[in-house]
Formats: sequence, structure tokens, C-alpha cells
Amino acid sequence: MRFGVVVFPGSNCDADCYHAIGAATGARVEYVWHRDTKISGFDCLVLPGGFSYGDYLRTGAIARFSPVMREIARFAADGGLVLGICNGFQILQEAGLLPGAMRKNESLTFRCQWTWVRVEDNRTPFTLLCEKGQVLRIPIAHYEGNFYLPPEELAEVEGRGQVVMRYSTPAGEVVPEANPNGSLGNTAAVRNAAGNVLGMMPHPERAAEGVLGCEDGRLIFRSVVEYLRGSGR
Amino acid sequence: MRGRRGFAGGEEAGEAGVLSREEIQARQAWRELGLTDYEYRLIVDGLGREPNWTELGMFSVLWSEHCAYKHSRLLLRQLPSQGKRVIQGPGENAGVLDIDEPVALAVRIESHNHPSFVEPFQGAATGIGGIVRDILAVGARPLALLDSLRFGDPALPLTRYLFGGVVSGIASYGNSIGVPTVGGEVAFAPAYTYNPLVNVMCLGLVRRDRLMKGQAVGAGNAVVLVGSPTGRDGIHGAGLLASRTFDEKAAEMRPAVQVGDPFMEKVVIEACLQALETGAVVGLQDLGAAGLTSACAETAARGGAGVEIDIRRVPRREPGMTPFEVMLSESQERMLLIVERGREEDVLAVFRRWDVPATVIGKVTGDGMFRVRDGDEVVAEVPAALLAAGSPAYSPLQVEPEEPARARQRRPGEVPVPTDEAFPAILEKLISSPGVASKEWVWRQYDHMVQINTVVAPGADAAVLRLKGSSRGIAVCTDGNGRWCYLDPRAGAAAAVAEAARNVACVGAEPIGLTNCLNFGSPEDPGVMWQFARVIEGMAEAARELGTPVTGGNVSFYNQTGKQAVYPTPVVGMVGLLGDVARVVTTGFKRCGDMVVLLGNPLQPDTDRGWQGLGGSEYLAVWHGLVAGQPPVPDLKAERALISLLVGAAREGILASAHDVSDGGLAVALAESCFAGCDAAPASGCSGGGDAPRGGGCVGVEVDIPVPSGVRPDAVLFGESTGRVVVSCRPGDWPRLDRLSRAVGVHAQPVGWVRGEHLRLSLNGRLLVDVPVARLRALWCQTIPRLAAG
Repeated sequence: MRFGVVVFPGSNCDADCYHAIGAATGARVEYVWHRDTKISGFDCLVLPGGFSYGDYLRTGAIARFSPVMREIARFAADGGLVLGICNGFQILQEAGLLPGAMRKNESLTFRCQWTWVRVEDNRTPFTLLCEKGQVLRIPIAHYEGNFYLPPEELAEVEGRGQVVMRYSTPAGEVVPEANPNGSLGNTAAVRNAAGNVLGMMPHPERAAEGVLGCEDGRLIFRSVVEYLRGSGR
Repeated sequence: MRGRRGFAGGEEAGEAGVLSREEIQARQAWRELGLTDYEYRLIVDGLGREPNWTELGMFSVLWSEHCAYKHSRLLLRQLPSQGKRVIQGPGENAGVLDIDEPVALAVRIESHNHPSFVEPFQGAATGIGGIVRDILAVGARPLALLDSLRFGDPALPLTRYLFGGVVSGIASYGNSIGVPTVGGEVAFAPAYTYNPLVNVMCLGLVRRDRLMKGQAVGAGNAVVLVGSPTGRDGIHGAGLLASRTFDEKAAEMRPAVQVGDPFMEKVVIEACLQALETGAVVGLQDLGAAGLTSACAETAARGGAGVEIDIRRVPRREPGMTPFEVMLSESQERMLLIVERGREEDVLAVFRRWDVPATVIGKVTGDGMFRVRDGDEVVAEVPAALLAAGSPAYSPLQVEPEEPARARQRRPGEVPVPTDEAFPAILEKLISSPGVASKEWVWRQYDHMVQINTVVAPGADAAVLRLKGSSRGIAVCTDGNGRWCYLDPRAGAAAAVAEAARNVACVGAEPIGLTNCLNFGSPEDPGVMWQFARVIEGMAEAARELGTPVTGGNVSFYNQTGKQAVYPTPVVGMVGLLGDVARVVTTGFKRCGDMVVLLGNPLQPDTDRGWQGLGGSEYLAVWHGLVAGQPPVPDLKAERALISLLVGAAREGILASAHDVSDGGLAVALAESCFAGCDAAPASGCSGGGDAPRGGGCVGVEVDIPVPSGVRPDAVLFGESTGRVVVSCRPGDWPRLDRLSRAVGVHAQPVGWVRGEHLRLSLNGRLLVDVPVARLRALWCQTIPRLAAG
């Protein structure tokens, strides 16, 4: 079983994902360079957080033209598992692999803080070890995490059950007070229609070791491993 | 300002602003560049001839106060810089400490005060960039940042503009480069209105066998410039911006402030660290103040060698730059590498992989000269040692300033003791004051978790970082108290060291070393120099007594506008080592029924020369509108014992919480331990201060403090006498804590219990404060967001 962590210039959670995935699952983890045009043998590709290409112009807007992105699109089209975290989520949106766009946070400031997210869908490869409705405590760190879609598209995304996590209170109530950035529907994580690509703004790699205050993030990486085992990989 | 014409290309200068030797003489142009007649004569004597325009420019920056420490370096020698853990002391780009691991800890602090006033966002951002490159220059991966900030009167729109700009500049740059900002301070006082302080500290980890020095060694080795192309930005940042006081034309200096590119910094960090892996790099130096001039001259001087470069090879942002401009540009995100001859391609290939420009611009020579060519023409040729280390050192006149002496000598009896009924209102006012209130609005804008090492987040006594692959942890904090140093610079500086060491000990870490940033007014003012000298004495004494050597730091003079200087403000960045990071102790109360214990000497009528901790206190400033009295005088032997008790008790796992008594005194310390014990409210913007949340709502405290006669009740609750810590423990652990305390001679007084939802404070059984914690917490949380919103 092999995870690949994609490194764009300006990625800054690549080493964190590398460390946390290894610590949480014991699986093999390798870096994938943004210029790589041939990637093979991976079971799950992770696009980490950071400021790819400085996030100049718009978050993820330049990174999506990296040579590796064509490979990632092909990998995803073949059913490969792709997890975008924070900037990785934004890049997947820019690449058209996930719906929606990120506006600036309603507070118009960067927000780095612990959040609680309620798992809406535990049938995805990334959440299958969670209970439906389970509340995870995972931190965010972003300026542009305010998920937006035009109303009719949002209705479609919601209709297909693509919203996988929503910001909530520790008790699981999805209320405006629990929304750290203004996201529509308190959306924290979204999957593609097929379910093999997930984008999440919270950083599971930051909540994968007890010494850092919480291990809820492990569930994401371990779910992937569980899914891959079940699918015979 | 007069001098700008000369180098920016004005009508009086020749082509592209270049002056001939005759014009330099006729205009005494060195004065425009900030050099005195005496210094100019020293340069002529050292060279054996008159310098040309480019050479004069190079001397003017390297001999500026900012680069040469002309007024401070004789006094700085008093600071203890040696110790069993010191691998590298002052003189290199960063201090390096032994932490009993294969990796060592690099530490440095620096100011970016002047640029942050002129252009707060870029000034603060480039301050981060600069300190990070200092850490990188010793071969270390940057691990964490802290910011110690001082702003003026919070009621002024100017203060809000500077505060907002600085915070967003730090956030923008620090977040992007992936180095967590884990701590620091924010304080406000009118003395900083026109001279805010922005001190930035960085830690890094470096494998001990990979430690780099900023030295040019090995004649024939290549000099490689990497990073951003060189532009006209920041010319004379060091010489003219940082080495002069402000006048009303500060805004005109905006072109002297550099513009940061955090993306370039991030890839420069990664590429440099990867380049070091080749083993072909023998010297590494950042380009900071005085740019290429300083980097080349300092590496050559440290290596006892010469350096020859051809500026035609220096990648430029724009055409038409003169040699003077290329040599003095302070364009950001650049590093200088000394690479073994014949292995240049190994190193250049790494930078190509990262798309970072890297160019061989010259070579190391054996003649000790710093030679600058522009193609075939030699445009400057000076002895590297003369340029880097030949500036004069001054012992300026020192005279105690009258105004702070008068304020210190006032009598405590002049301060009325409040009525019993006033105490809750005083506490609420203190809790709401910008100096005491929660700074979460600030640090929530900083990514304080990236690199996944942050065990204790900002807002605590000290931040704690785990070391991956080890059970050990690093604790770090910054501390400084300008008001105390204004009133009594010697005691104030000693107290800053003691408080920083105590803060580190509160989380259970043994303090192992410090870095300092010394912020003062003009060194040409005898009063300022008197304060500076006393600060050095106090800091040296405390650092020696507490076993925390000074591994380096930074002096920032000229924080002065007209006659108004900042408070003398030494900022101490302290690092500590935790043997077992799982045994970390945090601020917040943990359980109902825990015992609350006050560690440290009880107040006596004659404590702090009768001021009992009230001199220079937040309470005096906020409630009585006074900056007066004898500030607390630390008892360094008692501090040392207290530190060993805290570290020992943490190691034994008997402390549930620990929190230093500082701004606002005991009442505020107790309140803060209550706040940090509260559940974090999701997304509300005020989590209480870093502890993990638990169920069960707010935790209150009931405390009754025995008070000797002759001790004021306001001093007991709001005095800031040093060497005191509030801890809590399970009642069953008290006998062990008691025994440990007696063994090291620290007074330990059980004063109450973690209980209920209120803060209930009594003195000798008389209830003075009974306020819901939730109410206090709301006040504590709302001040800074409101201040920022205006």
C-alpha cells in the first residue's frame, strides 16, 4: 500500500502529511514532485496544504497547471483515491476535480484554530471508519476557506450528498456560530460525484498524534487504508 | 531628507547619482551617508587613499550603528555568552545550543522597528523573512517564530493602523513559508506611539555535524548568489532608516523599506537545505542589512580571506543600476553560498530543480581584499576586515535621566488604597486593559500549528514544541517590560530575564539560554546610554545567576521621534528544554477540587523597597493613571530555586497547572488559569488560551490569602512582585509538593481550591472579589477585537 504526497513549490504541509500518514497507518509514503509526468504504483495521492506558487493570483490557480496535475486527473478518472487538504482542496477545485470555489473568510483574516466537524457521509473511502454524525475535532488554517457554489449547483451537490463534513459545535449542531469562515451550509469537506476524490479544509495531519492534542485525524488516513484493504489492493 | 538626492540620483549628482572623489570632498558627502568626519578619516587612513563613491557607500552601511554596534559593543561584552550548552555564541548568524539530541537548537531575535513604522505590513513581513534567513544561514531548518510587539496609545487611529498592518504582515509572510508562529507578546503604551517595536525571534534545528558558518574559506572556492534578483528596493535601510531617529518626514522613507516575497523565501529555504546535503557548501550567509556588501565583507572577514565578485553577473530586476545600488540593495530573499571549487554544478542543479535563480558571482581569494568588479573594471577594493570589523567603538557619555528618577522616587503612600467595594471593578478594568486582555485575535491569524510540533499553542506562559523522534520538547517565550525598565533599567532587565526563565519553567522546562533584542532611543542621548548600560548590567547579572547564557541578539537604537524615545525595552527570548514533553504543564485549572498553591515569597511591608510590587504595575497605570514607583526587584537566588522546583515538580507529574504571576498580579493570574480551564467555544474567537477543552463548563476558584500586617490589599491582588507562580495539584499530591518546596527553600502556601463558577478572592477571610468567571472571560476576550476594529 503506497501513499503519495504531492510537493508543489510552496507546499508547506507536505512533510506533515508524510509524517502523519506514516504515524497513523504505518503505510509506505513517498513524495511526488510537481513536475513528475509519470506516476505509478500509488493507491492514494494526497495534495497537501500550503501556498503553492505563493498562492499569487488566486489560491491553487497556478498549481493546477503543474505537469503532475494531468497525471492526477487521469489517476482520479481511473478511480484512484485523491485527498486534497486545504490548499490541496483549492487546487482540486481549480482543476475541476471538485465542485465549488473558496472565497476569503468572512472575517477577512487568516484563521488558525481547532474546529469541530460533523461527518455527514461515512461511506466514502476517507470516512468509512467514522460513524455517521460523528464529530471530529480537527484544526483549520486558511484565509480562503469560505466554500461557495451558485444556489442551483449547490442544490445538485447537496442532492448527491457530496458534502462529507460540516463545521459544527462539539455536540454536532450545525449552526452559524460553529462556522469559522462563512462556508455555505457550514461545508468543511466535499467529495466528487464518484466519491474517490475528497477535499477538506481541516487538516487531519495536525490531529493525528496524541501529543498534539487530538487523534481524530487518524480516522481519515486509516479509513483509506481500510478501504484499500477491503478493495483488495 | 537631504542625503537621498545623493544615492537616488538627484539633480546635483553626476550621471546616475555617482559622485567623483572631488565631489565627495567638496560636499563632505560622507555626512549625507551618516558617517562622521572622524569616521571618514579612519576610512582614509585604513585605505591609504580616499574612497570612491561606491566604496564610501559600502562603508556608510557597514559602519552604520545598525551594522557596526558602534555605541553598544563595548558594553555588550559584559553579557555572559558561554555555557556548557553553548555550541555557538554571538558573532555568527545565530546562537546554537546543545539540547542533548543529534540536532542542535539555533536561536536568534531581531528588530524591524523602523521599517514597520514606515510601512507596517511590509516592514513586519520582511522582518520575518530576515530572521528566518539568519537561522537558515547556520544550516538550520526554521522551526518556530515568535513576535514581541509594542504599540502606542490604543485610542489613536495611528496605533490601530500600525497594529493591524504589522499583524497581517507577520501572518502573510510567516504563514506562507510554513514556519509556525508560536508565541510572543503584544503591549501598548504611549511611549511607542511613533516608534512601535517589532521584534521577531526564530528557532531552528540543525544537525550538529551540519552546522554552517557565514565564512568565506578556501581560495578559489566559488561565491554563489541565490534567490531573488537584485533591485533598487531597500537601499540604505540599515544606514539611514535604522540608524537615525524619525522626524516628521518618516513617510518619505517608504522607498527604503523592502518588499517581501514569501514564496521565494520558502523555495530558497528548501533549496538551500537541499544544497547543504550535497556537502559542497562550505559557507552560508544571508543578505540582510547592507545586502551584498555586508554578506561578502562579513564572510570574508570571518574566514580570514578575501572575496572578489563581478556585479555584472548579479541578476537584476531593472536595468541601469549603478554599482553603488547593486552593492547596497536590500532586496529580500537572497542568500550567499561559498561552494567548493569544482562542485558548483552539484549545487546549481539543486537550485534549478527549485526554479530558484543561482549564479556564480565571484570567488574566494587569499589576499584579504573585498574586490568588486563591473566586468573588467574594478569599482571597489577594500580590505574586508576593515569594512566588516574596522569601525570605531564608542563609549558615549552616560547621565541618569531626571524624569524617570523622579517618578521612581515617589512614595507608595501617594497611591490611595481602594475601598473594598472597588476591587471587583479594578479587576474588571485590568482584565479588559489591552496589556492584559486575550491576544487570541492576533495569534489566531498566525498559523501556529504547521510542522505539527506545537504541543502548547500561543497564549500560554511559554509555547512548547515536541521534537519528532524524541521524547524531549522545547519551550520558548519572549518577555520584556518597558515600563519597569523606564523606572529602573537595571532591575527591569533582570526581571525580564527572570520572568522569561520562570515562564519557561512554568511549562516544566529547564531554561537553557536566551537571545536578546535591546530597543532604545538615540545613543547620542546620554540619558539613553545610561539606561542602556544599566540594562546590560541587570541582564548580565540575571543571565549569569540563572545559568542562561546570552547566545546573541540585536541592538536597535534610534527608536526615537524628536525628543520622545521609547521606554528602554530589552526583550528576552528564552528557550528551555523539557526532558519529557508528555509531562508538560499548562496554564489552565484542570479539575474541581484541586488545591491552589501560591509558590514564592509572600509579600512583606518592605518588599520592593516598600512598593510591594505596585511600582510600575499595570494596576498603577490602568487604575491610577500613574507610571511611578520602584518596580519589582527580582531576588535571583529565589528565582533560581523556584525554577528548579517547577521543573522538578513537573518531572514528577504532580502539577495540574502552573501560571506565572505577572501583568495584573495574582488576581489576574488566577483569572487566567480559570479562563484556560474553560471549554473552548467553537469558532467564537476566544478559546481561553490553548488548553484542550474538556466537558463541564467554566471552572472557578475560591482563594483566601493570608496577609501580614503592613501589606496593602491592592498589592496582594494586583501587585507584580516577581518570583511567584500559581499552581494547582490534586490534594493527594500536596504533601509531595510541600516536601519538594521545602527541599529547595521555596515558600509554598496553599491558598484555596478550584471550585464553582466564580472567581472568589478573600484576604484574611475578608471577601473582596466574587465575580462569575464567564463575565470576566467575556471582558478579557472582547478588548483586542474591538481595539482592532476601531
